[in-house]
Amino acid sequence: MVSNNVDSEAASQILGHFGRFGGRFVPEALISALDDLTAAHLSAQNDPEFQRELAYLHRTYTGRPSIITEAPRFAEHAGGVRILLKREDLNHTGSHKINNVLGQALLTKRMGKKRIIAETGAGQHGVASATAAALMGLECVVYMGEEDTRRQSLNVARMKLLGAEVIPVTQGSRTLKDAINEAMRDWVTNVDSTHYLMGTVAGPHPFPTMVRDFQKIIGEEAREQVLELTGKLPDAVLACIGGGSNAIGIFHRFIDDHSVRLIGLEAGGRGVQSGFHAATITGGSVGVLHGTRSFVLQDGNGQTVESHSISAGLDYPGVGPEHAYLHEIGRAEYRAITDAEAMNAFSLLSKTEGIIPAIESAHALAGAIDIGKELASAGHSDAVLLLNLSGRGDKDVQTAAEYFGITL
Amino acid sequence: MTAMEELFIRTKAENRAALIGYIPAGFPSKAACIEVIKAMVAGGVDAVEIGFPYSDPVMDGPVIQAAAEQSLSAGTGAEDVFDVLKATTDLGVPGLVMTYWNPIEKYGVEKFAQSLQAAGGSGVITPDLTIEESGLWKSAAEAAQINRIYVVAPSTSTARMPLVTSQCSGFIYAASLMGVTGTRNSVSNGASELVARIRQTSATPVAVGLGVSTKAQAQEVAAYADGVIVGSAFIRLIQESENFETGLLRVQELAAALADGVRR
Ligand SMILES: Cc1ncc(COP(=O)(O)O)c(C=O)c1O
Repeated sequence: MVSNNVDSEAASQILGHFGRFGGRFVPEALISALDDLTAAHLSAQNDPEFQRELAYLHRTYTGRPSIITEAPRFAEHAGGVRILLKREDLNHTGSHKINNVLGQALLTKRMGKKRIIAETGAGQHGVASATAAALMGLECVVYMGEEDTRRQSLNVARMKLLGAEVIPVTQGSRTLKDAINEAMRDWVTNVDSTHYLMGTVAGPHPFPTMVRDFQKIIGEEAREQVLELTGKLPDAVLACIGGGSNAIGIFHRFIDDHSVRLIGLEAGGRGVQSGFHAATITGGSVGVLHGTRSFVLQDGNGQTVESHSISAGLDYPGVGPEHAYLHEIGRAEYRAITDAEAMNAFSLLSKTEGIIPAIESAHALAGAIDIGKELASAGHSDAVLLLNLSGRGDKDVQTAAEYFGITL
Repeated sequence: MTAMEELFIRTKAENRAALIGYIPAGFPSKAACIEVIKAMVAGGVDAVEIGFPYSDPVMDGPVIQAAAEQSLSAGTGAEDVFDVLKATTDLGVPGLVMTYWNPIEKYGVEKFAQSLQAAGGSGVITPDLTIEESGLWKSAAEAAQINRIYVVAPSTSTARMPLVTSQCSGFIYAASLMGVTGTRNSVSNGASELVARIRQTSATPVAVGLGVSTKAQAQEVAAYADGVIVGSAFIRLIQESENFETGLLRVQELAAALADGVRR
């Protein structure tokens, strides 16, 4: 399986395939821009000057490396295993999204483009994009489903304060998938001047590979940090899955470490059986959405079905193709966490460790509770779980207050 | 030879361009959609492209999005698309289906090609299927002897052009501009240049779509292309007419004017 993965990596650089997943399903009009982007990404990867500039920004702007925090009081509720949190929530703008955004914004300048467009669900990617645009003097337009502009009004205000234009999308289900559709339409129309700064490891090649390359720093840092702290590799690495960027970011460096379980936690909404969920791998089927072949929530006619999650950032009916591949070859496991389980973990981390997580990340925390208990009951209470705390919960205070009946 | 290929032989002999109308299946309803197609044909449309309404139509502007959404909310599915196609080809005009890729994959690639052929269809336009991902579709379409029509854009590089055009049969769809479907005040002047670039790589007929809505535009495009594709303009007439009967009349009038246009 190792060599299999290396092969797929080589292939993904050329055609963007991960086994039978990935590829490009886009209007012909976008092919030349995707080719240019692929070339720019490859040359930047091999350009020490580009890497130096990005590393400098990460050190002096993002606040990298992000630290590891052990969560012993939380872990008492997870069978008493050790739980280590990779603190992407402490990054500037509050989530892992900034890692990818700074990389792509530098690429935008490298390609001589002056305008970026982005889609956003929770608003974290939109805020990160608006931030990078302000930092680098780029024009920024963010597409956001009208429904999400209401759920995440604070982030809409943040984007505007940063100088970005936020366009509420009123088509279709008015959520993230429709925001992506509008961003693609804008891109087809303005491709000469504009870079589409996609926020996750979905979409046509090179996005799944490129965004992963900008996020894999999470796992590279964390692997060193865990080795230093514990003297060994973790038993499992956990992350929530929206499109899958924070998860692939922390997984990637561990893929060849076969002793390490990789576990992705999808949004189970009101339960996968209920049909109201966003658990694309657990509850979906193979199809094509937004330019890539992967797992999709769809009906019998191949129409995309709306996803449901309390977490706007996970509320997406698709998932990155590399996750579909890791699932298919059995290298990673994917499970669904319900809204209620996530909110329980959200509250627990807040009260036991003094860290309010993003509701997205709370799905990974709920997974850690389950996995920790399973390991403990199998006699592995000395197990070490590494968890990607992808973002902080400031943006979710309103949703959480409503959920827990706290009056504002 | 498909009916579409025969049509282009005929229009070439008549020294004119073919007029191709577009409508999403099930818009404004399944039965009414067939009425609109009859009005198009009565006005002089030579061939009809039937859209498979899709939840995430990234190549379409607001007019077609709204029409597709209306059709989808009435539950339009693959069988409805083939029924409308059959009703079209029963009128004696070539029928095509235009669809994003996922509905084909979900229906079954081989089965889709066969059902299309069984409904008398000539071929399929696939706006988001790249030639790189076309392996299965190529063999399925060849087995069913139907045309594969890909879109070529102004941004398609000279090196890539023959790779795409050599895969097309029936005709090559030239997207007149960088953008989505919808009516425009003028046809981009990049269109004639694009058609010229296509012709350097292929002898297959070329039809121009995106943004054509008036007789004058049809006339202008017919001067250099083998086919003129009109969609949003017809759909808007149905959406904006005070009642359906009036809409049908206007569709027929527009078709007649465009048919005049393509005769140069
Ligand atoms: C904090 C946080 N975590 C996770 C996600 C999900 O995205 P991905 O799966 O690409 O990491 C988001 C998306 O908005 C987010 O804001």
